[in-house]
Amino acid sequence: MPRLNATQRHRVRLTVNGRQVEADAEPRMLLTDFLRHELGLTGTHVGCEHGVCGACTIDIDGVPARACLTLAVQADGGTIRTVESLAPEPGRLSILQQAFRRHHALQCGFCTAGILMSLDCYLRDRPEPTEAELREFLGGHLCRCTGYTPILKAALEAATMLHKKRPEEQLHA
Amino acid sequence: MKPARFDYVRAEHLAEVHDVLAENGNDARVIAGGQTLLPMLSMRLARPKVVVDIMHLPQLQTIDADKGTIRIGAGVRQAQLLGWPLLSDRQPLLAAALPWVGHAQTRNRGTICGSLAHADPSAEIPLVLVALGGTIELSSRRGRRRIAADIFFTGMMSTARSEDELIEAAILPARPTGSGYAFQEFGRRHGDFAIAACAAVATDKGTRLAVAGVADRATMHDFAALDGSALDDALDAFAWDLDARDDLHATARYRRELVRRMGRAVIEEARRCRA
Ligand SMILES: Cc1cc2nc3c(=O)[nH]c(=O)nc-3n(C[C@@H](O)[C@H](O)[C@H](O)COP(=O)(O)OP(=O)(O)OC[C@H]3O[C@@H](n4cnc5c(N)ncnc54)[C@H](O)[C@@H]3O)c2cc1C
Ligand code: FES
Ligand code: FES
Repeated sequence: MPRLNATQRHRVRLTVNGRQVEADAEPRMLLTDFLRHELGLTGTHVGCEHGVCGACTIDIDGVPARACLTLAVQADGGTIRTVESLAPEPGRLSILQQAFRRHHALQCGFCTAGILMSLDCYLRDRPEPTEAELREFLGGHLCRCTGYTPILKAALEAATMLHKKRPEEQLHA
Repeated sequence: MKPARFDYVRAEHLAEVHDVLAENGNDARVIAGGQTLLPMLSMRLARPKVVVDIMHLPQLQTIDADKGTIRIGAGVRQAQLLGWPLLSDRQPLLAAALPWVGHAQTRNRGTICGSLAHADPSAEIPLVLVALGGTIELSSRRGRRRIAADIFFTGMMSTARSEDELIEAAILPARPTGSGYAFQEFGRRHGDFAIAACAAVATDKGTRLAVAGVADRATMHDFAALDGSALDDALDAFAWDLDARDDLHATARYRRELVRRMGRAVIEEARRCRA
């Protein structure tokens, strides 16, 4: 690959929420800023911008990871899902999102997009997580409002509901 | 904060990585998982002129287990190694320590070799390498060399790597039969950097204890077949030798106490595992 010059903007092409998209970025542009400012996907939040809070967590190539610790140019050619992909259609929430609503698993909602994306990925790989496993996994996120208990309850309930469904209907039904 | 400007090279050949490092010296940075480099860039603790991405080189993405060793390439992410089905059988100490490296979300991107390159004094992966007597494989235009982990780490976030060198792999001995291992860590939360972490390896030759988070690098000591209060005394002497410092997270005294207690616990556990 040619050396991408620091002062120029370069075309970045990737698949976001099932759509091929492209926009320009300087090499130093964080993936969070690329999603929010270049693609207008402001569902992904930015808290600490150094990997600690988890607000910016998205699905990068099939696994949950920090968008703020990824350069847009690193993600070139990759596949990304953000919180905007979770609702099956306008006006309907995913099973996980519905569980969050029922359990008041968000107050201000700043942390929510990241936690939803983490859990959405996690529950695919581990349809029957234990509470201890979920606690450890959620340790990668900070929430200043809820005290985590409602988040844990919502996640456990969503896991049970998703597990009851047939695999092909999972998560997005 | 946002990073200062830098050029970006997504390397397609190993030679390209070596060229960028040789031609730019300290102005070049390798980017692997980015889980440490990105915060440093964003906080402008690092201001490289060029960043070279090594994550698209298939030859760096292999885990090779043969002849009593495990070789982990620079492109291997922490989550990938944790998912390697042979890990807990071939190297149980690494299997025990890896879940403590950050969070699942950072392990999905962070690499084994990136952690070795960064050489944080609290980091688990350098600790495991020091405890096991592992080796670091470095390569550059000038050639290739291997260096033992305990001399590779030279201090707080500093290593014997030259500016033009890439860490190409980490090499660990596979578990020899009849050895026992134990790992414990103490921190404020799971996923935070350790206030102190201890790893013990028990073999027929004796027991080795390695400690991270206390001295300026992971440090080890071989304990003969001591027991009872003799072991406590040896641990106490080791804890003092580590020259612990006070910081925001804990006092030096607190850290010494952790070494005495966790040190004893892991030594005993490793010996039990062996028996
Ligand atoms: C919230 C959070 C919590 C964390 N907690 C822990 C923890 O508890 N314990 C822990 O050990 N770590 C922890 N980390 C850091 C860990 O996640 C990193 O993965 C690791 O330290 C660096 O690996 P990396 O692949 O991301 O390296 P990068 O960030 O890509 O690189 C780190 C440094 O090493 C250099 N480098 C990388 N690879 C090479 C190579 N092959 N050859 C030469 N130089 C190279 C880079 O130039 C850079 O200077 C945490 C990180 C975050 C964000
Ligand atoms: S904004 Fe990315 S982890 Fe906080
Ligand atoms: S809901 Fe406010 S930070 Fe989590």
